[in-house]
Amino acid sequence: MTFLAPVGNDAGAGGGGESDRFLPSEIPMALLDPAGRVLPSSELAMPPADVLLELYRQMVLGRRFDSQATALTKQGRLAVYPSARGQEACEIGAVLALRPQDWLFPTYRDSMAIVARGVDPVEALTLLRGDWHCGYDPYVHNVAPQCTPLATNTVHAVGLAHAARIKGEDTVALVMLGDGGTSEGDTHEALNFAAVWKAPVVFLIQNNGYAISVPLSKQTAAPSLAHKGIGYGVRSVKIDGNDPAAVYATVDAAIRSAAAGDGPVLIEAITYRIEAHTNADDASRYRDPAEVQAWLARDPVSRLRAHLTERGLLDDDAVAAIESAAEDRAGELRRRMNVDSELDPADLFRYVYAAQTPALARQARELAEEIDRAEEQR
Amino acid sequence: MTMTAERDAVAAAKPTSITMAAALNRALADALSQDETVLVFGEDVGTLGGVFRVTDGLAATFGQSRVFDTPLAESAIVGTAIGMAMNGLRPAVEMQFDAFAYPAFEQITSHLAKLHNRTRGRVSLPIVIRIPYGGGIGGVEHHCDSSEAYYTHTPGLRVVTPGTPSDAYALLRQAIECPDPVIFLEPKRRYWSKETAVLDHRSSTVDRAVVRRSGTDVTLIAYGGTVATAMEAAEAARQDGRSVEVIDLRSLSPFDDETVVASLRRTGRAVVVHEASQFGGYGAEVAARLSEQCFHYLEAPILRVAGFDIPYPPPKLEQHHLPSVDRILDAFDRLQWEDTSTLERRST
Ligand SMILES: Cc1ncc(C[n+]2csc(CCOP(=O)(O)OP(=O)(O)O)c2C)c(N)n1
Ligand SMILES: [Mg+2]
Repeated sequence: MTFLAPVGNDAGAGGGGESDRFLPSEIPMALLDPAGRVLPSSELAMPPADVLLELYRQMVLGRRFDSQATALTKQGRLAVYPSARGQEACEIGAVLALRPQDWLFPTYRDSMAIVARGVDPVEALTLLRGDWHCGYDPYVHNVAPQCTPLATNTVHAVGLAHAARIKGEDTVALVMLGDGGTSEGDTHEALNFAAVWKAPVVFLIQNNGYAISVPLSKQTAAPSLAHKGIGYGVRSVKIDGNDPAAVYATVDAAIRSAAAGDGPVLIEAITYRIEAHTNADDASRYRDPAEVQAWLARDPVSRLRAHLTERGLLDDDAVAAIESAAEDRAGELRRRMNVDSELDPADLFRYVYAAQTPALARQARELAEEIDRAEEQR
Repeated sequence: MTMTAERDAVAAAKPTSITMAAALNRALADALSQDETVLVFGEDVGTLGGVFRVTDGLAATFGQSRVFDTPLAESAIVGTAIGMAMNGLRPAVEMQFDAFAYPAFEQITSHLAKLHNRTRGRVSLPIVIRIPYGGGIGGVEHHCDSSEAYYTHTPGLRVVTPGTPSDAYALLRQAIECPDPVIFLEPKRRYWSKETAVLDHRSSTVDRAVVRRSGTDVTLIAYGGTVATAMEAAEAARQDGRSVEVIDLRSLSPFDDETVVASLRRTGRAVVVHEASQFGGYGAEVAARLSEQCFHYLEAPILRVAGFDIPYPPPKLEQHHLPSVDRILDAFDRLQWEDTSTLERRST
């Protein structure tokens, strides 16, 4: 695909001048309609069957992981969990398109993507379990720690990608952010730096319609979030974020072009958060349940299942096998998460600096003595 | 010691007269030539050589891929430096002025200071953020802030500030080699101060204070731009018959308790001097921790000579704000030299 050509039907409605070629399509690009039927697309290439099957498998695993994590909050095993239910096409499609040497810069929303990338689920949940701020080694799977301050990871991705170019490495950084995060200054600084440096970065905006309670209409007056890339000279596209085939195809093409030295790409994926912002949020205060129902009809998992079944690539047995594998993994996660974790308070003082300072060593001793005294009194 | 380092040591062993700005420039040049992962970037640091010329000539010598101008966005300068460090590089970035580092505050406090801890030491961020700070140059608003306490209050950061050209060289070299992120505060009013010295970065360590002048009656604690003022005050006090020990902290965080406590236990009296506002300022921490560790050695409360609790004044009024030699001498006078009231109260 090319990122420069207008796509959809009436792109560039403003007049057809040269700069309109940069404008994203009015209609999000897609490969599959909500019923899983193939749409004619001149822009996107349908992924091969084995990729589609893997997308399906991973989305089922991801969704089950996600519902298990939400359940763990109810049992007090997780401090909080922001669900990505309904956003599986983005979470999985993007990760499967990454090459091993590429980097993922996820947010708090993207535990599912992190697990799909290969991070151990318990390590992925360490943050939300309240055990430590990040449970995995970023260098094992090239996954940065989950980022909570909105959009601050965008500039990290640009820096890492630019460093790769300086070092002559073939690495692309994919950074995830939400619709709300596009209003933060760092998003704009990152887009600008990436464009000026031609850094190999893919910005994947999961536009799920809300930033906690605030709808997109209160977030921006731009015609689309993809338009935000245009002003910085970043090639920008808008896609159906509930179409796993389209997400995979778009991210795959973006990674190839960024790796080829053509600079960054911004992808606005239109999706929807089915659950509340987190388990602690009450979505009924700001959105109509009918809206959720309408989006359930656009579900990414059943969409791909319908498509694969229709093509004879998936049968009931295969579906059942994937679901049972997901069930097994959820059971394993439950079992592991129900074991109380052993935490060492001395760790609090261990990693503040490369080498512990005398003052921190003293504070560590003071805390240890306090804990000992408390235990003696018990 | 490597061959280059040895050659360097020999070359540097000759005392030269050098300004602080030139010493910083030398430090960056030497770091760039000895470690190919070192990068220098920021606003106007390339072609122009920085508004204070600290990066003068570096882009020409080391090329645009290692020394370069960025778009104007401080948060992105620090944020991209973080990403680069995650990928094995050692960025030494410049903030153009103290107050213009504030847009980067979130990146500094939420990520730069915390990523090592967040990842249990798996991610190291050997990044130096150079910030020209402080007043005394007739700068207009936003160009004269002493912002050290914002950074020293943030665990995970090292905060360093040189008081002399030779320290500027040594501390910057060590800051660049340091595995921790370092906020490197350059007292801009001393950029043009000269010293004849040997430039060598192995003889002192980045986290230790130094006794600049020995004395027996008072410990005068200073850093950055106030070191020279403190030295002048110590000399003036000598005329009054007072022997002042001047300590240049160099490392504001971590704090070198050992050196300072040892001095104060000898002298029994201390004054801390800084340009920043007094309330909630760095001097409060110094006074508090020294009182905790030296209470029974103290002959008088620890006093602070600091800026007023006001926004930094306009250029024509700044002389009223900056700690002066006279104010330091006045503080010495208030150190209860003949006061026996405490003793009397105790005996009644
Ligand atoms: C800098 C910053 N401000 C505020 C918050 C609190 N906060 C957490 S999530 C969120 C909404 C973000 O919405 P969006 O970017 O659309 O992502 P989503 O949660 O929908 O995935 C807010 C305001 C934050 N994490 N960081
Ligand atoms: Mg959102």
